[in-house]
Amino acid sequence: MLSVIRTLWNVFLHTFQPRETIQYPEEKPNLPPRHKGRIILSRDPDGGERCVACHLCAVACPVDCIALQATEDENGRRYPEFFRINFSRCIFCGYCEEACPTYAIQLTPDFEMGEFNRQNMVYEKEHLLISGEGKYPGYNFWKVAGVKIGGKDKGEAENEAAPVDVHSLMP
Amino acid sequence: MAKIWVDDKWYEVGADQSLLEACLELGFDLPYFCWHPALGSVGACRQCAVKQYRDEKDTRGRLVMSCMTPASEGARISIKDADAASFRAGVVEGLMQNHPHDCPVCDEGGECHLQDMTVMTGHNYRQTTYPKRTFRNQNLGPLINHEMNRCIQCYRCVRYYREYAGGRDLDAFASRNQVFFGRHQEGTLQNEFAGNLVEICPTGVFTDKTLKKHYTRKWDLQMAPSVCVHCGLGCNTTAAERYGSLRRILNRYNGHVNGYFLCDRGRFGYEFVRGEQRIKQTLARQDGKLKPLPKAKAIEQLGRVLPGNQKVIGIGSPRASLEANFALRTLVGPERFFSGMSDQGSHLVSLMEEILRQGPARTPSLSEIEISDAVLVLGEDVTNVAPRIALALRQSVRQQPMEFTDKLKIPRWLDHAVREAIQDVKGPLFIAAPSATRLDDAATATYRAAPDDLARLGFAIAHALDPQAPDVPDLAAGARSLAEQIAAALKSAKRPLVISGPSSSSAAVIEAAANVARGLAKAGQAVGLAFTMPEANSLGANLMGGGDLSAAFKAVEEGRADTVIILENDLYLKAPAAAVDRFLDAARHVIAIDYLSTPTVAKSELALPAGAFAESDGTLVSSEGRAQRFFQAYIPKDDIQQSWRWLIEMMRAAGRSEAESWSTLDDVIAALAQGISALAKITEAAPSAKFRKLGEKIARAPNRYSGRTSMLANINVSEPKPPDDPDSALAFSMEGYQEHPPPSLTPFFWAPGWNSIQSLNKFQSEIKGPLRGGDPGVRLIEPPETANGSFFSSVPKPFAARPEEWLLVPLYHIFGSEELSRQAPAVAELAPKPYLAVNSEDAAHLQVQAGDQIEVNLAGTAHRLPVAIHPDLPKGIAGFPAGVVSLEGTGLLAWSKLSRL
Amino acid sequence: MTTTIFYILVIAGVLLVPLNLAAGLIWLERRLLALWQDRYGPNRVGPFGLLQVLADMIKIFFKEDWIPPFADKVVFVIAPAIVMVTVLMAFAVVPFTSTVVVANLNIGLLFFLGMSSLGVYSVVLGGWSSGSKYSLLGAMRASAQMLSYEVFMGLSLMGVVLMAGSFNLRDIVEAQHKVWFVIPQFLGFVLFMIAGIAETRRLPFDLAEAESELVAGFHAEYSGMKFGMFFVGEYMGVMLISVMISVLFFGGWLGPWLPPLAWIVIKTFFFIMFFILLRAGLPRPRFDQLMSWGWKIMLPLALANLLVTGALVLAFK
Repeated sequence: MLSVIRTLWNVFLHTFQPRETIQYPEEKPNLPPRHKGRIILSRDPDGGERCVACHLCAVACPVDCIALQATEDENGRRYPEFFRINFSRCIFCGYCEEACPTYAIQLTPDFEMGEFNRQNMVYEKEHLLISGEGKYPGYNFWKVAGVKIGGKDKGEAENEAAPVDVHSLMP
Repeated sequence: MAKIWVDDKWYEVGADQSLLEACLELGFDLPYFCWHPALGSVGACRQCAVKQYRDEKDTRGRLVMSCMTPASEGARISIKDADAASFRAGVVEGLMQNHPHDCPVCDEGGECHLQDMTVMTGHNYRQTTYPKRTFRNQNLGPLINHEMNRCIQCYRCVRYYREYAGGRDLDAFASRNQVFFGRHQEGTLQNEFAGNLVEICPTGVFTDKTLKKHYTRKWDLQMAPSVCVHCGLGCNTTAAERYGSLRRILNRYNGHVNGYFLCDRGRFGYEFVRGEQRIKQTLARQDGKLKPLPKAKAIEQLGRVLPGNQKVIGIGSPRASLEANFALRTLVGPERFFSGMSDQGSHLVSLMEEILRQGPARTPSLSEIEISDAVLVLGEDVTNVAPRIALALRQSVRQQPMEFTDKLKIPRWLDHAVREAIQDVKGPLFIAAPSATRLDDAATATYRAAPDDLARLGFAIAHALDPQAPDVPDLAAGARSLAEQIAAALKSAKRPLVISGPSSSSAAVIEAAANVARGLAKAGQAVGLAFTMPEANSLGANLMGGGDLSAAFKAVEEGRADTVIILENDLYLKAPAAAVDRFLDAARHVIAIDYLSTPTVAKSELALPAGAFAESDGTLVSSEGRAQRFFQAYIPKDDIQQSWRWLIEMMRAAGRSEAESWSTLDDVIAALAQGISALAKITEAAPSAKFRKLGEKIARAPNRYSGRTSMLANINVSEPKPPDDPDSALAFSMEGYQEHPPPSLTPFFWAPGWNSIQSLNKFQSEIKGPLRGGDPGVRLIEPPETANGSFFSSVPKPFAARPEEWLLVPLYHIFGSEELSRQAPAVAELAPKPYLAVNSEDAAHLQVQAGDQIEVNLAGTAHRLPVAIHPDLPKGIAGFPAGVVSLEGTGLLAWSKLSRL
Repeated sequence: MTTTIFYILVIAGVLLVPLNLAAGLIWLERRLLALWQDRYGPNRVGPFGLLQVLADMIKIFFKEDWIPPFADKVVFVIAPAIVMVTVLMAFAVVPFTSTVVVANLNIGLLFFLGMSSLGVYSVVLGGWSSGSKYSLLGAMRASAQMLSYEVFMGLSLMGVVLMAGSFNLRDIVEAQHKVWFVIPQFLGFVLFMIAGIAETRRLPFDLAEAESELVAGFHAEYSGMKFGMFFVGEYMGVMLISVMISVLFFGGWLGPWLPPLAWIVIKTFFFIMFFILLRAGLPRPRFDQLMSWGWKIMLPLALANLLVTGALVLAFK
């Protein structure tokens, strides 16, 4: 019984405490860089698209709001032919970012995406792709992958030996 | 049956199995790489280790490879044992040391056996830091992509390619951790079954190159059970769609038909569905040209032509489904319906159907062909006509030698021990064909002759088996002794088999094959008689009835008909061009329903776009007489709809009463089963659209299907409801029953932890056996218990070469001879260039060399072709590539003058 | 004539003021809860967010008035009206001042008790007619809770009646000229307040709603204005209990300097705010705890209170 009264008293004392709420439109919140807001696609340090169209973000998405189609350039580098996020369905859970093996898809602290027309919430690749590396600088998937692409031959990736000479008779 | 203990619980397992098979059959998740149900065990990868105990008192046990250990009575093993588990994890860790960081860009990702097994064993982190070894890839042609870095050296590819499929040009090179699997030099893989490497390879070394161009992960595909339309065998396939287009064909296991493998035509021929040749809009002739017309207008136009018109005839098609053919037959009436086969084709198919129906022998399924122990192929190049038979025959030649290994008590699943014991010994396989075939290397003896001489050989074999059969008196001595050799081999076999078909365009060849089978049957042998069929539904179209093409031509010529409806059929491939031209010009209205813009469509007044196999539901009857249902993988775009739906709309336009009661596939099937007694059993081919499992339809897409709320968002952000499917128990969605649908309705194979095609073991009632719930399809033709009828007696005269004329014989090619698949870019790339083949002697006589132009004069039309020299062709015969050179319509087995240019 | 007009005004006032105040209370509650939770609460619509109530009302009026197909339609519609009617009826006997009272009944207190117990029908019928298991569970809890807490609610007031010697509420207030009954009847006050909270199904005794277990309990299936009526009914119930506490234990309109009406309003609002503080501060007990509390602690205490008061009244008479 005493604890009930003490609780009530302590709650009552909050009358004189400052408020935590930020009065948003007048006062801008200072969001941390890892806040889960608008999704972007980043580029690798060389300026190429990081996305390799592996479909992992799409499959991780609990509301299935990511659709893409893979394609390849003439040198075997895979990239998305189109990449579409329907932000009117997105719940900003960040699973896509968790799933992305190349740090391509990232959530940013921008959340001011309101639209009067829902159709405008559908973002295509040109809306998503930024020109920088985003939160994870320095990573280039193609430098660790084994496939050959333009500008990187077999055996030239990190931690790779030169291609085997199949015709060699050395044991 | 044997009783074994697994982790201290006992189970009954089938006798004569390895422990791995037994464990998988019992539903345990035991990882493996080098073992494959069709290839057997070699114990190379050490992945399937379990602990085996001597008896219940033994607590130490020892590690054994479960694939190499028989599941003998009283065997005690532990899968969970910590030593075994850490051993298995260690093996995967070793394999992964050189495996590249490729999964995101690897086409195997998401259906990769290596991924599954890595997860299953629990290996997570690569602890080594030394450089990964790399390889250079080879260009293996337009069908298969090669990425050697990913190889884990399980040897499955070379075992399949060399030992199972009989290929020569894929091998293992170099040594130790540098073993390389590829060709001795870059180039297209020569074997016709190379496409199966895509499914055989447990990781992404060999992947589907056609899929790569429009890549989609397995989990994103909307799939449906389908049936291959590229030959008469009716192999089961899975058709897979994404974003409204067909993405790939995958083998769909059917224990009685194709088992684990498809041919490359069946796997890669699908691209015609995506091709430029498709008709997508309703087309109508305006100002002499076919131009798009709104669908409603086209129906209106039909409404002007059809009602009350007593002069409508329908030409069906051996490549259209039974349902489409039946709808046309109902629309025009049975007496005005024509089967759409060429005169000769119709005659031969009827003959074959008659033989199959009357006896003497039962037509075997592909799995039965595989276990035949003496085979005669008469007049067929099976590799190029019905390719999957060739792969089955390569297994059949091992049957007799394996009786020897049985005596040595080597279990048949112990693959390399069996092969070591057999060496190069092959069971009897005799191939008699006009020219060399791709199976000759497996044959005991071959015989190359003109069709009439092939028939004579067949008659001689029959006579050697049974003196009551007509004799061939003036047979050459060599052929006579060969006939006696073949007769002896067949007679001493337990499960002899005769294969023939219409490829030699000769009724005598078929009759001779029937005589051989009758001779064996009379001696009480369990003989099989398999015929190939020219098209996917030839047998079904024949069971449907209807006259041949010249009867249709005659009807128009005599003025009994003036309106022609042509269903999925290019008449120019079935009859001489001049006759077809005459026919189409004489008819007042020509309405074509087809998916490809064929020359016939080009001459029509109204062309209605039909759904191709992946866009339609229907039933096909395979050459085995097995009726199999195929289902839509997706609803096609534009005006395209299923042929039988077009025909129902035509009925409605014509004011026919049937149109009222026909709205779904089941309605058509019910009417068809009632109307044609020979086809009454097709209702059993698959469950009806009312079928529900746990109250739900069966989902066409896997659980993890992605992008539902986004794939159409560019068109409209409010996503539409998934389309209804009134025609089948499948749903166009991932929502629905997922686990174990009935086999004929299984859109894809997937089980928890088993994302690759290896998940099949969760769907089979026994490894390599039938699917749980029975293999799909229903056999329509069974011979009577006691064969009636008698031997065919019209033995043809020996072939005599004419001095200045050559007999034109079609030579078949797996890539190029079939009408639909040759529209697929990858297949077209592999199709031969036009040629006219003669043997060296004839070439010398004609004074031509390979590559020279030669003129063929046929029915007044001159064709120019480059010469090819086939030394194996008999004298007096000229071969042309069927399908590639359009001499088909000229009436087969024609004589022609050849003149050098 | 003037008295008639006065009465009409009083009746209109008693009908309309609580109704509008209830709406205002929603705003007050949200602001106060926010204050005690270091937030702002509704502060955007109008000055201090006062028009939020109006916005909510507009919204609630324009919402689809959905009746689930599985509901018993007639009962489903009547149920929310019952709560409004009973509470408003109870207001009829409340003496706001010696003159501002609709019906000065001899048995005013009994009438109040009767009306407040009739209110439970609304909850039970609403929950039952919804045809949903959550609603039914909520309704069952509500009826059990009412039954248990009504018993000692009545008993806790008997001390007051003994001391005032009347069931007439005006007489009870008049009897507090010397000393407010909260002093001699402190135990009675505490008991009545607890029973009052339970009677209005306010936190911490809102087990009939219990959104964390029962979605929204008895009104899970309600929407639009029918839901609004439950909502307003609840706030009027809060007002009723608050004003009754003032009348029974804190001398009603009695007080120095200010006009009587001001006193009763101040006292009432104090208790309303106290109710909101309870909501901000206390968690919800388990249902079995609630029941054993009622029967094993509150009821014996109420009986003891009555016994002692009776004995003392007899002794000092």
